[in-house]
Amino acid sequence: MIKLDKVSKAYGTGSLSLSEISIVIDKGEFIFLVGPTGSGKTTLFKLLIREILPTTGEIYVGDWDIVKLPHKKIPHLRKKVGVIFQDLKLLQDRTIFENVILPLEVIGVKSLDAKKRVEEILVQVGIEKHSNKFPIQLSGGELQRAAIARALILSPDVLLADEPTGDLDPATGKEIIKLLLDINEKGTTIIMATHNADAVNSLSKRVLALDKGRLTRDQKKGKYGSS
Amino acid sequence: MAHLRTTWRHVRRSPYQALAAILITTLTFFVISIFTILILGSSEIINYFESKPQVTAFFKDEAKQENIEALKKQLESSEKVATIKFVSKQDALKIYREQNKNDPLLLELVTAEILPASLEISATKIDYLADLSESLKNSPIVSEVIFQRDVVSTLTDWTTAIRRIGVALVFVLALVSIFITMTIIGIKISQKKEEIEIMRLIGATYWYIRWPFIFEGIFYGVISAFFGWAFSSAALWYATPFLSSFLKGIPILPVSPIFLLEMLGVNLLIAVFLGMFASFLAVFRYLK
Repeated sequence: MIKLDKVSKAYGTGSLSLSEISIVIDKGEFIFLVGPTGSGKTTLFKLLIREILPTTGEIYVGDWDIVKLPHKKIPHLRKKVGVIFQDLKLLQDRTIFENVILPLEVIGVKSLDAKKRVEEILVQVGIEKHSNKFPIQLSGGELQRAAIARALILSPDVLLADEPTGDLDPATGKEIIKLLLDINEKGTTIIMATHNADAVNSLSKRVLALDKGRLTRDQKKGKYGSS
Repeated sequence: MAHLRTTWRHVRRSPYQALAAILITTLTFFVISIFTILILGSSEIINYFESKPQVTAFFKDEAKQENIEALKKQLESSEKVATIKFVSKQDALKIYREQNKNDPLLLELVTAEILPASLEISATKIDYLADLSESLKNSPIVSEVIFQRDVVSTLTDWTTAIRRIGVALVFVLALVSIFITMTIIGIKISQKKEEIEIMRLIGATYWYIRWPFIFEGIFYGVISAFFGWAFSSAALWYATPFLSSFLKGIPILPVSPIFLLEMLGVNLLIAVFLGMFASFLAVFRYLK
């Protein structure tokens, strides 16, 4: 499903954000990506949606060779790989409904079908009653759910969640993780970057650990810490 | 539809920028319309004068009918003359009455006696006019000769000047409109940098992001073309009574509604082109 082969990414200063990373991820997996701030988790996500290109190495998502992917195919890739951004990236001047429908508008789904789909997804993530509110009117947990709804609206094969519980209280964080597990149950591959040790330890899912751009650990039923 | 909705949201959420673009472009289309009317109107006036007898010879009151007939016959035999028409004192009064039918005071003052009889002559070639005029002036029964080549050439000079000023003014205003529209759309693109970035990240194509900005330029152009046309048509309608009395006898007023609609159509086409051009410049400059 996803394959990274000796992927390195150096930024302008020459410092390596990722160094010789090789990973294979199967369809339907739920993966925790852990590591301190600056270890390269977000860089890895950016590479997977071709927001940036690797300095060396090869990346495959499904049948796509990400490095050689023509510019005009990038929108197709981004429809197959949904992202819940660390800063959510919701449009502040649009309602939750308008934010969530946006990816459907982008691909030209007819208005009625799109509305129906948004209503379904808002029910699924549990914020249907906030449909007509603006982001500023919602709590952190509700905003996180809105971002998940937008990432899910096109039924992507892969969902990248960049610290989705980072700013939330433990109870709300648990709800969000439960929601992601439900989505994973339905077949979506999920890679979740997180600092939430409790969640990682309690779920015993595959853990990839990054440190200073290197893959330091890849455990089938891993824990947050190294032990 | 989604693009048009986004365009409308852009316009609604920064109305003063939209107003600035619309005002300057409206001025451009107002000037385009006014100069179109002036240039086409003056061409019509020239055509009118060119189609009219080019030399008019007025006879003295004591001129006898047989002498007039003799002069007419003599002129008819000349190959320099294309048409010739005798206008008697009664005919002149009829024409005068027709021209001044709304002014009873002027009608009362004039009788056939004080109006001169005349010959209206058009030449086969404009070069013959001077000869014809000279020979008519030498006739003892002719009191005055009006030589319309002077009128036509003065009008032609004026029309050329109007056309040059119009083209220069329209060119400068069109450039200003394009740059202002381009700058305003550029500002909007910069303001929406984050939104554009998010759109790209969720899979929007370049053109999906560009179209609303391009439609915005077209929108400013079309609205402005309509207002520019409406203001100039209103100005023309307001000035028609005054111009009609000034251009007495020249059948160009009132201007036909079909002409005005054609002008609107042409203005709208120019507007779409100008708006598109300005927004394309902005999109390719600021939205790489």
